[in-house]
Amino acid sequence: MILDQARFAQRKRRSFIVMALCWGAAAAGLGALLVILGTLLSKGLGGIRPEVFTQMTPPPGSDGGLLNPIVGSLIITSLGVLIGTPIGILAGTYMAEYGRYSKLTSVIRFVNDVLLSAPSIVMGLFVYAVMVAPMGHFSGLAGSVALSLLVIPIVIRTTEDMLLLVPNALREAATALGMPRSLVIRRVAYKAARAGIITGVLLAVARISGETAPLLFTALNDQFWSTNIFAPMASLPVVIFQFSLSPYEDWQRLAWVGALIITFAVLALSVVARWLGTSRVAK
Amino acid sequence: MNIMPTVTDQALTEKISVRNLDFYYGESRVLKSINLPLYEKEVTAFIGPSGCGKSTLLRVLNRMYDLYPNQRAEGEVLLDGENILSPKQDLNLLRSRIGMVFQKPTPFPMTIYENIAFGVRLYEKLSKREMDERVESSLRRAALWDEVKDKLNASGLSLSGGQQQRLCIARTVAIKPDVILLDEPCSALDPISTAKIEELIDELKRDYTIVIVTHNMQQAARVSEHTAFMYLGELVEFGLTSEIFTNPRKRQTRDYITGRYG
Repeated sequence: MILDQARFAQRKRRSFIVMALCWGAAAAGLGALLVILGTLLSKGLGGIRPEVFTQMTPPPGSDGGLLNPIVGSLIITSLGVLIGTPIGILAGTYMAEYGRYSKLTSVIRFVNDVLLSAPSIVMGLFVYAVMVAPMGHFSGLAGSVALSLLVIPIVIRTTEDMLLLVPNALREAATALGMPRSLVIRRVAYKAARAGIITGVLLAVARISGETAPLLFTALNDQFWSTNIFAPMASLPVVIFQFSLSPYEDWQRLAWVGALIITFAVLALSVVARWLGTSRVAK
Repeated sequence: MNIMPTVTDQALTEKISVRNLDFYYGESRVLKSINLPLYEKEVTAFIGPSGCGKSTLLRVLNRMYDLYPNQRAEGEVLLDGENILSPKQDLNLLRSRIGMVFQKPTPFPMTIYENIAFGVRLYEKLSKREMDERVESSLRRAALWDEVKDKLNASGLSLSGGQQQRLCIARTVAIKPDVILLDEPCSALDPISTAKIEELIDELKRDYTIVIVTHNMQQAARVSEHTAFMYLGELVEFGLTSEIFTNPRKRQTRDYITGRYG
């Protein structure tokens, strides 16, 4: 072989440039994350005191905590997941198992992809129009419904994808034992796809727990302790939004604390989701 | 076409009779007027080159094709005289009578014990003790008991490929079917596991009617009493295995078993 030195050098140069771009992109992404986490920690960590978890949001100028928005967020988010998950799993199951070859499934998949990328504020407006306006007042329940509309497309997508990954051979083997379709799905397909489906639900939880826009139009806010889902309800994202825009320093401090709590809760969920996902592969 | 088997001394009962069977994937006809007897408590082997329709024929016998759209069968398949292609046939019941083992081992993602007990529970109500016995006897029949008796609660996925395949056979035997269909059961296994499964087939034919699809001609010759040679969707020749392999009547059959094509 006769090595053309110039060509060889040029290829090495190109390789170096592309490699450098890749490193740069990775560093930019990681750097942004680190800066966000660093800022949150430096501004929020100092504000983490027991009172944050035991007291209500204060009026400006007095001491207080974030108990009501924390509890509100937990209630609204869990209710949203409770409403959205069964619908999402059932729809995903239909698409992967019963309607795999039907036209309806491709239509649902397309519409679902649109829903998946729909701006969350649209969900808020929609629920405002169909629930809040007719009922005449904001409510935690309306907030949950708005969030469930974000959960559904995510869960549909992951459920369908995970069930499609279950080899057909497994379904045939179960069928060959005389197992009815419903049992094949519940006892074999779900079992094989379980980790993936749970991961999808956790990702949906992570996604909605930071959503603000859909809640502004639906759950609004409440300065005081309330667990009545038919009344307006406080939530961390909305409180952060309101407090951080306020001119009061103590409110701004609490907003940082709230942001820190949400971020690390979501981070923890993502780690759990990732761990579940990989432990499935390892098996 | 004269494809009736040579008469032998012993009286053979037809467990399954395939009559004028046509099979379609969408518009294309992949099985053409198949007529074939499958004798009780015997092993019948289907051989032929890839794409000849032998697996398709096997999947008609337990109507596995019903899982998929655009696949249909015409003609008759009689199991003990009843046409299983009739729309009145309950598919789950049919499949509990005609078990199937696949090319790749397919243990369910559950414990070894549950892999077997699960299918049994669908049709029988057994006490804990009876179920334990059933699991043990099935695993013994599949020559797997000694290897797994101390880890019945381990995942079925933790076994080796050959063990998994024997687990699948145990699972099929456990529901006490009349017929067992084997779709290239050894193609994913090493020679030692293959030998074990072949021994097992020899054992099982005392109680079951067995149909095996295989690409391995020696295997067909070793395990079966009757052999059907298929080519391009047609049944070319059916007869005693000993005759098919030593003195085939059709040139196509001779060409195939001597390795001239396929």
